[in-house]
Amino acid sequence: MERLTEKEVNGLRERVQGETLRGVPGDRQADERRAALRHEALRHEDAQAHHHHTHAPVSRHEHGHHLLQVEDLSVGFRMYQEDEPFFRAKQRMVPVIENLSISVHVGEIVAVVGASGSGKTLLADAILGLYEPNATVCGRIWYDGEPQDAASLAGLRGRGISLVPQSVNNLDPLMKVGRQVEGFARTDVPLATRRTRRRELFARYGLGEDAAGLYPHQLSGGMARRVLLCCALMDDPRVIIADEPTPGLDLPLALAALADFRSFADEGNGVLLITHDIELALGVADRVAVFRDGTVVEETAVANFASPDTLAHPFSRELWHALPEHDFVVPSASQLAGQGDEEGGPHA
Amino acid sequence: MPSLDAVKRSVREHASGALPPRVPSLLDDCANVLHRPRKARVGNRKLTLAAMVFAVAALAAVVVAGVLATDAATATDFAQKNLAPSPAHPFGTDWMGRDMLLRTLAGLSTSVLVGLLAATVSSVIALVMGAVAALGGKKADAVVTWLIDLMMGIPHIVLLILISFALGKGFWGVAIGVAVTHWPSLTRVLRAEILQCKQSAFVAVARKLGQSPARIATRHMLPYVLPQFLVGLILLFPHAILHEAAVTFLGFGLPPEQPAIGVILSESMGYLSAGMWWLAVFPGLALIATVLLFDLAGSSLRKLVDPHSAQE
Amino acid sequence: MPRFILRNIVKFALLMIAVSMATFVLVSISPIDPVQANVGQAALINMSEAKRAQLAEYWGVNTPLWERYVNWITAAFQGDLGTSLRYNAPVADVIATRALNSLALMATAWVVSGVLGFALGILAGANRGRLVDRIVKGYCFLLASVPTFWLGLVFLIVFSVWLGWFPFGFSVPIGVAAADVTLADALHHLALPALTLSVVGVANIALHTREKTIDVLESDYVRFACARGLSTWGALRHHGLRNLALPALTLQFASISEIFGGSVLVEQVFSYPGLGQAAVTAGLGGDVALLAGIAVLSAAFVFGGNLIANMLYGVVDPRIRRGEGEARTHA
Repeated sequence: MERLTEKEVNGLRERVQGETLRGVPGDRQADERRAALRHEALRHEDAQAHHHHTHAPVSRHEHGHHLLQVEDLSVGFRMYQEDEPFFRAKQRMVPVIENLSISVHVGEIVAVVGASGSGKTLLADAILGLYEPNATVCGRIWYDGEPQDAASLAGLRGRGISLVPQSVNNLDPLMKVGRQVEGFARTDVPLATRRTRRRELFARYGLGEDAAGLYPHQLSGGMARRVLLCCALMDDPRVIIADEPTPGLDLPLALAALADFRSFADEGNGVLLITHDIELALGVADRVAVFRDGTVVEETAVANFASPDTLAHPFSRELWHALPEHDFVVPSASQLAGQGDEEGGPHA
Repeated sequence: MPSLDAVKRSVREHASGALPPRVPSLLDDCANVLHRPRKARVGNRKLTLAAMVFAVAALAAVVVAGVLATDAATATDFAQKNLAPSPAHPFGTDWMGRDMLLRTLAGLSTSVLVGLLAATVSSVIALVMGAVAALGGKKADAVVTWLIDLMMGIPHIVLLILISFALGKGFWGVAIGVAVTHWPSLTRVLRAEILQCKQSAFVAVARKLGQSPARIATRHMLPYVLPQFLVGLILLFPHAILHEAAVTFLGFGLPPEQPAIGVILSESMGYLSAGMWWLAVFPGLALIATVLLFDLAGSSLRKLVDPHSAQE
Repeated sequence: MPRFILRNIVKFALLMIAVSMATFVLVSISPIDPVQANVGQAALINMSEAKRAQLAEYWGVNTPLWERYVNWITAAFQGDLGTSLRYNAPVADVIATRALNSLALMATAWVVSGVLGFALGILAGANRGRLVDRIVKGYCFLLASVPTFWLGLVFLIVFSVWLGWFPFGFSVPIGVAAADVTLADALHHLALPALTLSVVGVANIALHTREKTIDVLESDYVRFACARGLSTWGALRHHGLRNLALPALTLQFASISEIFGGSVLVEQVFSYPGLGQAAVTAGLGGDVALLAGIAVLSAAFVFGGNLIANMLYGVVDPRIRRGEGEARTHA
């Protein structure tokens, strides 16, 4: 683990004090900002467990902070209360994600594991600064130690944080995939350069040059997955957010996909892998964040899944029991239902 | 490998130390907003209902006023002819001294009544066609689809002219024409609704329980399709009214002695170059207002019954 | 692909046959007597006995309906649509001279309303919920309730009577032989009717494009394009236009029916000598042959438009081009 230099720590302390001096006492916003800075000034190496999580062997705090950190993220929608009489029903805030915290370190894959449709995609959207018009989103997000707001998160899209989406539906159906992989957003990079880079990536991932001339609907499942990965890698990101990248792939293809993420992380980057498949997550991830009822109930090293005794949250232990090689006890129906409830938001 | 106790201790320390205590729901009042809806949504179901009641009441008022005004509308007064709008005659008078407001009201009530007839007939045709297409198997579906294509093939106005011509013009020419040509779009909607209903779980269950097709249709499908049917019925009015006015304007509809907006506008053509703009402008605006009222009533009802927009 | 084209053409032919039958039946059962409707008409008075007898035979009640239809449709295939009583000329000739005027009017309105509506639709959709969107939406909903002919009357009052910018009716100046009409004159007379038709035509295409724009902006591929750093406008430019143009063009081809219907009303208001005006004259005057001819021609227009729309999907959409997307033909 890297240690903060004395200078860096002092720098952070000064920033905290500066904030303290500027803030008006009782100003809640200023209080929160101060708390946020103090929070980042925590010496990460002091504790094996901090920021509500434990580490995996590969987790590194480069420059003394996380690569990506999300604290107290909440996403909600205003909806009518369904159980009240039609014309008397009032709108209220329905949270889909509530007080969620998660961190990605350099060199690791963090898997967010939770039931399908439980709002995990909203987490990806929040980190990418993509918000539904009618959503309310709160929380603090740091990228590479810098606190972010909505505008700066939007600026990081394709310039640090890249998304690997779920399926071929995320490609323009009327455009050849080669051109799409090259992309349009990075106008600062000449098209010729991007084309060369795209050729390299295609070659590296075993896609022939003829694949570039195909339309999305002509791609096989395995090709589509590699094309989508190439889209993300085109922009040389530090963090990849992979939103359910494996459903619909057979086992060898899924494993190949995850191996690609592994090598990306090993190069000193981070991957946030959003999935509903706990087995797959345990197979490739370094740490697992157990997602339930709109929040991460436990964020822990994969090794802790070796025994239920090292898992802190009852739901994590139930997940452990549900694994095929263990007792195969499926979480009770009510709990699964509780998880599914939140998916009925307007984004569904 | 940290022990469980270490994790728990760390989490406990963390909660008490560096971070402010967690607020139960941050969403309504939080400092770190990343995004908020542009405008807080106001509960507008009541407003929607009020709009619908208003529209229906206004339309009823127009019809009653129009029927009452029918006799007065034909009263000529040559001492008062060609008057521009004034407090005594808000819509002005025509070349025979008839009050244009009364003529317009009488014309509107005719329009609404023709619209009522046309919308009712067309929506019943649409319901039958939609049900046949959705429940009658592949061939019936193809036939209905083909009929829709056929109906949509001739420009609507030309079709109305043809039908009115075939029936010898006049009231029945336009009324029947308007009544039998407005079903295709609603048929498509109802067909889709019924298909969706047919494939739904509750119908499948009813079928498994051995309920008769007639019972399934009346007990399960009708209540499901009825809201869309009513919305479609109301939204047919504007089309029917506008087409009736257009066909009458062209001379294929209501005869000149009957009060009708189409007649008024058609007659006004001869006086426009003389600068009598009020003969055309006000009756037209009144017609637009009537059509908008029907639109308001229909779309309000749709907002209330349609699950897609029920959250708005 | 060839099968796809063939199927569309067969469908077109079947619909045309059905339309011609329906039209013929409708005009034939009319109780309106052409002789009474056209008292003093030159064509009838100057007609020889033999010719009148031939006419009575042609439309006569003595022959069964289906036989008359077969006679009519066979002649029609040879280019003979009968004689217009009202204009005292072969129906084909009357239609030919007037079709040109109508085509100029409809083509102008078709292009102007299409381009304007497409642009407004994208503008509104991309600014969903903002002021621009509300203005465009309000304009479109209002126009959907405005009778075309009334708008024509208002334009006539404002631009011809009050401002005197445009002539009051007739597509050529009175007293000038058709051959002497300059292009400028023709355009001058075309302007107001075309404006009326365009203004009304915008509503449909704009609302449709707005919905599609919102769909496209919410689509997975635009979300992904934005996640890669494109702005909303960038995503619309690179991925939206392609996906929006096709449905818009399809709709515009499918809306030929409305433009034709609108032109009937507008031509009547502006005394513009096109097909629509001729159809009204024929209908009011009991000119059965002309009315039937124009009705069938208008249907051919509409079906032709739909045919082109279907074909366009085949040509532009790669999913159909490679013969995989037959199901999309109904989309």
